[in-house]
Amino acid sequence: MKKTKTSKRISKAEGKRLLHQMQLIRRFEEKSAEVYTETKIRGFLHLYVGEEAVAVGVIQALDEDDYILSTYREHGHALARGMDPGAIMAEMYGKVEGCAMGRGGSMHLFDKNIHFYGGNAIVGGHLPLAVGMALASKKQGKKNVTCCFFGEGAAAEGEFHESMNLAALWDVPVLFLCENNLYAMGTALKYTHSEQQLEKKGPTYGIETATVNGMDLLEVMAATQKAVDYIRKTGKPYFLVCYTYRFRAHSMFDAELYRDKSEVEEWKKQDPILQFKKFLLEEQLITDKEIAAMEVAVEKQVQEAVDFAEKGSWEPVEDLCRYVYTETQGS
Amino acid sequence: MSKTITLTYREALKTAIREALQKDERVFLMGEDVGHYGGAFAVSKGLLKEFGPERIMDVPLSESGFTGAGIGAALAGMRPIVEIMTVNFSLLAMDQIFNNAATLLHMSGGQLNVPVVIRMGCGIGRQLAAQHSHSWEPFYAHVPGINVLAVGTHEDARGMLLSALESPDPVIIFEYTSMLNLEGDIPENAGAVDIRKAKIRREGKDLSLITYGTGVYKSLEAAEILEREGIDVEVVDLRVLRPLDEETFLASVAKTHRALLVEDAWRSVSISSEVSARIMEKAFFELDLPVERLCGVEVPIPYPKHLEDASVPQVQDIVDRVRKILRP
Repeated sequence: MKKTKTSKRISKAEGKRLLHQMQLIRRFEEKSAEVYTETKIRGFLHLYVGEEAVAVGVIQALDEDDYILSTYREHGHALARGMDPGAIMAEMYGKVEGCAMGRGGSMHLFDKNIHFYGGNAIVGGHLPLAVGMALASKKQGKKNVTCCFFGEGAAAEGEFHESMNLAALWDVPVLFLCENNLYAMGTALKYTHSEQQLEKKGPTYGIETATVNGMDLLEVMAATQKAVDYIRKTGKPYFLVCYTYRFRAHSMFDAELYRDKSEVEEWKKQDPILQFKKFLLEEQLITDKEIAAMEVAVEKQVQEAVDFAEKGSWEPVEDLCRYVYTETQGS
Repeated sequence: MSKTITLTYREALKTAIREALQKDERVFLMGEDVGHYGGAFAVSKGLLKEFGPERIMDVPLSESGFTGAGIGAALAGMRPIVEIMTVNFSLLAMDQIFNNAATLLHMSGGQLNVPVVIRMGCGIGRQLAAQHSHSWEPFYAHVPGINVLAVGTHEDARGMLLSALESPDPVIIFEYTSMLNLEGDIPENAGAVDIRKAKIRREGKDLSLITYGTGVYKSLEAAEILEREGIDVEVVDLRVLRPLDEETFLASVAKTHRALLVEDAWRSVSISSEVSARIMEKAFFELDLPVERLCGVEVPIPYPKHLEDASVPQVQDIVDRVRKILRP
């Protein structure tokens, strides 16, 4: 297990681009909560607020050809991957213009064109898929990496252990990316794992493993780059545990009875966006004026996503049975 | 007319796997003991030597993990054949099959195909007791998004896999372990078969025996016995348990006006429950008599041979029931 150190040198343009991505995710999520309360979005809605540095940091290290699989808390990953915010919002509205024709909703964002394979809502269920996709890449002689995001809750599932074993046994290029936000829904890590240092589980499978402070964008970027370099070079799996925290409730139904407000406030001092802003200002990579302008631009982008979703259309009920089989084969 | 060859059900299955591997380099077989052991039922014996470990992959005992990996490989452009040793272990892979394979096309709004083929040995008849004798076709046939096939004949053992591999959607194939050593004749040039339609295995006019899996040969044997008594039954092999080809069995009922449904699976919420309901809904006025069923007795399968035999319909049971229906 290695702790990764960063050389914090980035260009002005890159700094702005990264901050913009994190801001976009933050505002997009806040807006989603707003329109949820207006009952425009229904079902489950899991927000990524507080964890932005992980999605943005990890995805910087990935190439266009790499595959990404994510969890039901995946809006941030989809946005960081470059999915159109309008298509995501329309999906959550259930409109045909959504990235999955409105069939999936918040938990099931898909876009094959950017190799974004969900939006998977059975905890741990997508880990075997990731191993299989990486296996396919290996068999096809492709050099791409499969990046699989999951939470620490998933590490208690059998599928986590089966997948780690298979990936190591078969030497396939998969990045197991654990977002350890300390709570599996409302149950703390200490109540769910006999070994709470999840990073100890990697080496038992012979998998190269590291941890990183998931609240620090540049550290996440550096740690992931190192992981991805290793995978591309060796073709072997890698396990990276990001220590992070979600600032908002698990879902819109969660009254947050399981943690103290003071704990949340303590973590908010490490807000990845505030920290990164501070860094950019200190390094004179951005000005207050530019930050203000960025906030206006992000606000506009998010509003446009909502407008797009509002203007979207409902799929006709006659089409209900589409997408069950590739061609209609009767009932 | 082409020549026929005689082979066992096992040989027919193996010939199909070999042909699939030869035809398409995206195809590979993965499963417990498929390689070095030669397959738990010797279906893949020798294939590791012939095709190598990249194409014939032994996997650890991780049904969810390797079935999910097969689904993932299919998503990423391969054509995996996942062998789950028997249906008895497949519940450990059900999350992958139902929550992933069956839903991804739909959840992605039509973007993602899952062309995975999952083969499972299944059924009763080898005194393997309650945990190793399951007939769980109905579980799988319940779920939209997957195709479910039952290999009831040598022709289908030779052909269904090849057709399944052409499907852009997941296909579950049930193979009957009690039939592995049965010999049968198929055309020498037999190959892919239609996996959308049920098939009339024997034409008759007095009653329709509607069945699948091991029920097919049992029904055909029963039909021969009944023929000597002047009773002429039709045998309908459903073959495709999802999506059901109701056209074929409804037409048969419209011809014979009587139906006896035969299957090994437990009676409640079974394939025959569905077939019966559809006959009531769509062919009620064709019926001269109520639809009758011979199904698995609702008990965990016992070990002793005489009790095991009594747990599922046998040839004599079919003969007796048909006589009772036609000559009360």
